[in-house]
Amino acid sequence: MNNTEKFDVIVVGAGPAGTTSAYVLAKAGAEVLLVERGSYPGAKNVFGGILYTPILNRLIPNFWKEAPVERHIKGVKIFLISAKNAVSIGVESEVHNQPPYNNSFTVYRSKFDSWYAEKAQEAGAMLITDTVIDDLLWDGNKVIGVKARGESGDVYADCVIVADGVNSLLAEKAGLRKGFKPRQVSLGMKEVIELPREVIEERFHLTGIEGVEIKYIAGDATQGIWGGGNIYTNLETLSVVNWLSVDPLIASQFKAVDLMERFKDHPFVKNYIRGGKTIEYQAHLAPDGGYDFTPRYYTNGLLIAGDAARFLNASIHYEGTNFAMASGEAAAKAVIEAKKKSDYSERSLSYYQKLLNESFVMKDLKRYRKLNHFAEAYPEFFSGYFDAITQMAVDYFTVNELPKRHQEWRMLKTFRSNLSRYHAGVADGKFRHSRLKRAFLRICPLTRFIWLCLKGALAFL
Amino acid sequence: MNIDDKLVLNLFHVDREPHIKINQEICRHCPHKLCTYVCPVGNYTLNDDGDVVFSWEGCLECGTCRIVCDQGALVWDYPAGGYGISYRF
Repeated sequence: MNNTEKFDVIVVGAGPAGTTSAYVLAKAGAEVLLVERGSYPGAKNVFGGILYTPILNRLIPNFWKEAPVERHIKGVKIFLISAKNAVSIGVESEVHNQPPYNNSFTVYRSKFDSWYAEKAQEAGAMLITDTVIDDLLWDGNKVIGVKARGESGDVYADCVIVADGVNSLLAEKAGLRKGFKPRQVSLGMKEVIELPREVIEERFHLTGIEGVEIKYIAGDATQGIWGGGNIYTNLETLSVVNWLSVDPLIASQFKAVDLMERFKDHPFVKNYIRGGKTIEYQAHLAPDGGYDFTPRYYTNGLLIAGDAARFLNASIHYEGTNFAMASGEAAAKAVIEAKKKSDYSERSLSYYQKLLNESFVMKDLKRYRKLNHFAEAYPEFFSGYFDAITQMAVDYFTVNELPKRHQEWRMLKTFRSNLSRYHAGVADGKFRHSRLKRAFLRICPLTRFIWLCLKGALAFL
Repeated sequence: MNIDDKLVLNLFHVDREPHIKINQEICRHCPHKLCTYVCPVGNYTLNDDGDVVFSWEGCLECGTCRIVCDQGALVWDYPAGGYGISYRF
């Protein structure tokens, strides 16, 4: 690359956030350089399994006709599991078998991200791969380009969009974000497991290219650690995911690799993946959506988007890709406005913040801001309570010689005593509650249960 | 399934230089050695002397070790362009 060459915008990272920025900017006539450190877009990218596409379908209508998608997701089955018991609820709709397919598709990131970057190239963006950006170039307090590792050297631009993922070293170097603490991230591990197409369709009750998601919420899927498990259907593989909030993972002293294996061996998981052959193993961090850990999203000549800016809906919805695309589009729009005025100052780029605030990105981050605090404050909710709830459900349907009313009383008594046991729980060799509170919880364990369920539902759903 | 059996399935272009450098002197005095628990490929292991040994060949560049190491023992960077893991799926 010629050192005197200057672009309007350099976008670092060809994931869903960066490529959306590059695409929107190129369409608007800007000269864009999109830089990717992998050998191809998607080479370094990990997600659970569903690409959420409301933004993509607006930018490229009916994209699924040409994009390398696997299956559209028509429904979800949610499991609460303990060691021996399970309760599940399924939600699915025939409507989701029609365009726009509920904006949910399983994809392989290596294929999809490459396709999407090609669309940005067709729109006029320039893509370079195999290139690590080590630092930003500054003129005083203003970003004027990037420093690439190796021969490419320094490249200049009016503005830089940093979308280099959760570990964004650039956002940290720019001082827009501090290094993460363990409580602000989750570790996701994923195996791509191959099965014959007919087996997948029989096993998950699918016709053609229909797909489903199976979601396990914490409980025994993670040995009580805040996190969960997922199975997503691709055409001829399953994506099997175990994800763990890093802070409780550390406290548990379990090894992450062992938890993944336990999950796959669990009685309510193993039958879904039986006979399958693992063909790839992936792992990555995800930001736990951080309204309360909000970094600054822009400075003079610089904006950050996607996981780098912690944009992820860490709730029961767990959507990352559309937050990435929405923030990537907002960043591009802010730069287009800045270009009209030839003013890339912080003040001019603050339009980015305005667009984010108006979109679902900031609204949803704000709405689910309490979830992590909740998971941290009430760990029993995701372990002991799940045991008690699933036990109660199983007791209700237990067949024996007792009249049903007796059986139901027995069920409630067991439920109550299970709750009491968890409330008296010990953490780090100390009781988690004061003596007075323990006495209260012993007398009326249900009060706390109901209160926590309400609080949990508000934080999570 | 053993982690080594999983890693042979992946496509790596291993660089000659490690992209993560650990300071074993600091690790020796680390009270928790959390990296040996959280690394999703088990790249951090303890040898017979109790020292932390790091091998970068199977690294998936996830970043977890960087977050949990609070002792300042790691210099963490991405591998050179095109090196490291290349996911096929």
